[in-house]
This record gives sequence, C-alpha cells and structure tokens, in this order.
Amino acid sequence: MTDLFADIPESVRLKTPLKLPPPLSEIELLDEMRALAEKNNPADNFLGGGIYNHFIPSAVKALISRGEFYTAYTPYQPEASQGTLQAIYEYQTMLCSLTGMEVANASMYDGATAMAEAAKASCRITGRKEITVSSAVNPNYREVLKTYCSGADLKLTELPFDPDSGQATRDPRRATDSACYIIQQPNYFGNIEEVAGLAEKTHANGSLLIVSVDPISLGILKAPGDYGADFVVGEGQSLGNPQNFGGPGLGLFAAKEKYLRQVPGRLVSKTVDRNGKECFVLTLQAREQHIRRERATSNICSNEALCALAACIYLSLMGKPGLKKVAELCLQKSNYLKNKLGNKVRWPNTPSFKEFMLTNGRLVCVTELAKKEALDKLAAEILAA
Amino acid sequence: MGNPADRVYSKEHEWAKIAGNTAVIGISDHAQDALGDIVFVEMPKVGAEFKSMQEFGVVESVKTVSTLYCPLSGKVTEINTELASRPELINSDPYEKGWIIKLELANPAEKDALLSAQAYDEMLAAKK
Repeated sequence: MTDLFADIPESVRLKTPLKLPPPLSEIELLDEMRALAEKNNPADNFLGGGIYNHFIPSAVKALISRGEFYTAYTPYQPEASQGTLQAIYEYQTMLCSLTGMEVANASMYDGATAMAEAAKASCRITGRKEITVSSAVNPNYREVLKTYCSGADLKLTELPFDPDSGQATRDPRRATDSACYIIQQPNYFGNIEEVAGLAEKTHANGSLLIVSVDPISLGILKAPGDYGADFVVGEGQSLGNPQNFGGPGLGLFAAKEKYLRQVPGRLVSKTVDRNGKECFVLTLQAREQHIRRERATSNICSNEALCALAACIYLSLMGKPGLKKVAELCLQKSNYLKNKLGNKVRWPNTPSFKEFMLTNGRLVCVTELAKKEALDKLAAEILAA
Repeated sequence: MGNPADRVYSKEHEWAKIAGNTAVIGISDHAQDALGDIVFVEMPKVGAEFKSMQEFGVVESVKTVSTLYCPLSGKVTEINTELASRPELINSDPYEKGWIIKLELANPAEKDALLSAQAYDEMLAAKK
C-alpha cells in the first residue's frame, strides 16, 4: 500500500487517522439509513418547469436494469451491439412517429442542448448567423442558447411574449435575418401556443421553424411535423424517466430528411450485412466530432442511451391510446385546479396543458398522478393565501 | 502512370481543366483513392461564386468527410447532378465522368499559380 502513495511528497501526507465514526455492521447501517429516510416528508408534487412527475410502469425499471442494457457501452462495434442498436433504432422510429418528423437521432443530453444544436444546425443550413427565440421558452434553455451563441459568434434575439395571453408573439417577421425561430409547445408557462400558419410565416423569412415539445402533450396536441416544423426538440424525461432532482435528461431531436447530414449526434440505421441479414449500425459517423473535428455537426458525439431505452419501453407499454389517456388526464386535472382558482391565475383564458402560472409568478404543474383530494387541498391553500 | 497533362492541379488535390474562360473541376485519382468509397457529394448551387481556395463543397466517404477547395475564382455554371445518385463515379472515373462543377472564371490568370501534371506527380512522389 505504501507504494501506492510513493509519488506524494512526505511533507503533505496525512499522518493522523481520518476523523470518521467507527465502522457499522450491515444491520446497524440499515437502521441508520432507515432513520434518515424517515425524516423525509413526502409532499404532494406539483413541481414542473421542465422536469415532470409522471407515472413510470414497473416494467421500465425492470427491463433497463438488465445487465445487457445497463452496462453496455457505446455501440461502436455493431457486431457486438445489435441489441443496443436495435433499441435505439426503435426509439428513433417512435420519436419520428410521435413528432411527425422524418428522421431522429439517438438523443442528445437534454432538451436545452437539443434546442441549441437545432439552432446551430439551422445556421449551417441557411448560412445565417442569427437565432430568434420566443421569451415564452424555458429560461434555462435560453441561457444555454446564449452560451452556445457566444462561443460560435452567433447573435441571439429574444422576442417578448404577449403579456395579455402569455403566448409567443405570432409575428416572427420581426426576425428577418434569422436562421430560425424557436418556440416551445406548450410554452414555459404551460400555455398552448397558436401554431397555425407559423411555419409559413417563418419560412417566408427564409428561416427554419424549431419547436421544443413536451412529449406527453403529443398524446393530444398536433405533431409539429404536421404543421411544418423543420426541427423538433424537447426534454424526454417525462417518458419513463424519474425527476431525479433534475437529471439526467433526454434530449429529443428530430428533423426533416433533407437536413439529415446536418443532424448532430449519433444516428442508428438499419441495413443488411454481407450475408443479406438485416442488422443495425451507427451511420453517418464521418460527420461526428471524433472524425470531422472542428467542422463536425457538433462537439457532442454521445447520447443518453439508457434514458432513451426507458422512453422507448414506456412508449411501447403505453401505446398511442395510453399516451393519449395520460395527456387527457394531465389536461383535465390541471384545468380542474385552474378553474377553481379564479383570479389567482395569471392567464385564466389562455388554453393550457398541464401547467399554469399564478398571479404571484408561481408555476403549478398537475400530472395524471395528482389526486382530487390533493388538488382540492392545494386550491384551498392558494385561495386562502 | 502520371496524372492527365491536359489540366492543372491544386495542392489540395483538385484539378481544373481549362478552356478559355471556363473550367471543369474535380478531384484527383490520388484523392479518390485516399478517401475510399465515396457515398455523398455536397455541391453548391448554380450561380454560387467562390474565390480561389474557398470551400465550395464536401465529399463524404465511408470513413471521412473531406472539404472541397475551389482552385480558381469564379461562378458555378453547372453541377454534375449525376453524382447525386452515383457518387461512386468519382472513384471509378475521377477525371471524366466524376467531374464536380463547371466554373465561369473570374480571373483566368490564377491558373499560373496551380501545378502542372508533372509538378503534381512530383509533389505526390515526394510525399511518399
């Protein structure tokens, strides 16, 4: 053991024992941890703002915990990774189906970086150096956009939202030199944006439309691909992943096929091997950072495989009717609460999905898990305040 | 066997076959061999203008994506649309069917700065 520390100068080595309590047996340790856990006071969860408390079927955790998935590394060697690759391919396929887009990547780190990557891709495609985003987009995401812009010498313009409706401005013509216009649907306040004609107006500028979605909302809201979005991004945590104090996230990223070669991150595709058998591989890798370097589509060549797998399993279990049901419950339960609160709600007349803002600036989130008693209790407390 | 003498070459392995005020542009046999099987060529739009040694497109093979540098200043008058469905033409016939763009030259005198076939052969031999 002394050999291990041989490189540390004698003068800085610790000469006294560490000030730690004596070791515990497993029984004593379990008692201590139990006592700590019992100090938790599980309150009703109305937290939102980008990371949400949705139901996760038990099968999700059981399946992702399988060693073959849980400990698998990046599938750079397709001959040894067909299971992982197929799972990611299925995830990409489901995301295309959900968003109405033509291609999807193997995921990015989170909704914020996915948005920034789509913005950068739109700059490469249009040759423009300005990005326009609605101020109704998650402020944390806009901070990430600022960071990406400062490094890449791009200009970021934030269009103020309409204070009367709590929705994004419907006139992106103000952003005439932009590579893109970015909106969030539903927006940060939980309000549903009016998207009819938005893609046409954006395209008339020569800009691309980027929509950041809540994937659960796609159970009932129109798929962005169906109203002309060029890129669809968002946070996939709601699909089968716990809140976990804010991470890890799951960056959803989908696009029109004509932009395929500008899509960052990993792409899994289906092909045939030399014996004509169907198989899966990572493709278009020459665009990735480890090969193309400073001219790559992104500095990120990683993904959130385990979170994507959880999302894939969640969607398989829920199916279209299940996801629709979850979305309907979110819509109905949150509006039940919203309707009880009268003038405590900032925008009572703007349609909202699962979140809404109070006049005191607080965001309230109600998912399918909320119980009526909890909603009634919260309503009483808010009205009394 | 040397590279065709009826054209000039750039250090970045592009060739330019000049006729008066126009030039046909492609990449050399050395380049296509080094790249391996070409799967995609990103070409500029007709009408696009480039300065000498400015990036005008990209050629993608299985193992890499390589920048194409325009050896002469000019305006694109034609692009080889055949390459969209048959990018492998660059591998099989880099000097004829594998041409990439045609330019209307802004400054034909620039060709004097490029390498003759013999000079290009010597450059390649020296690299070995």
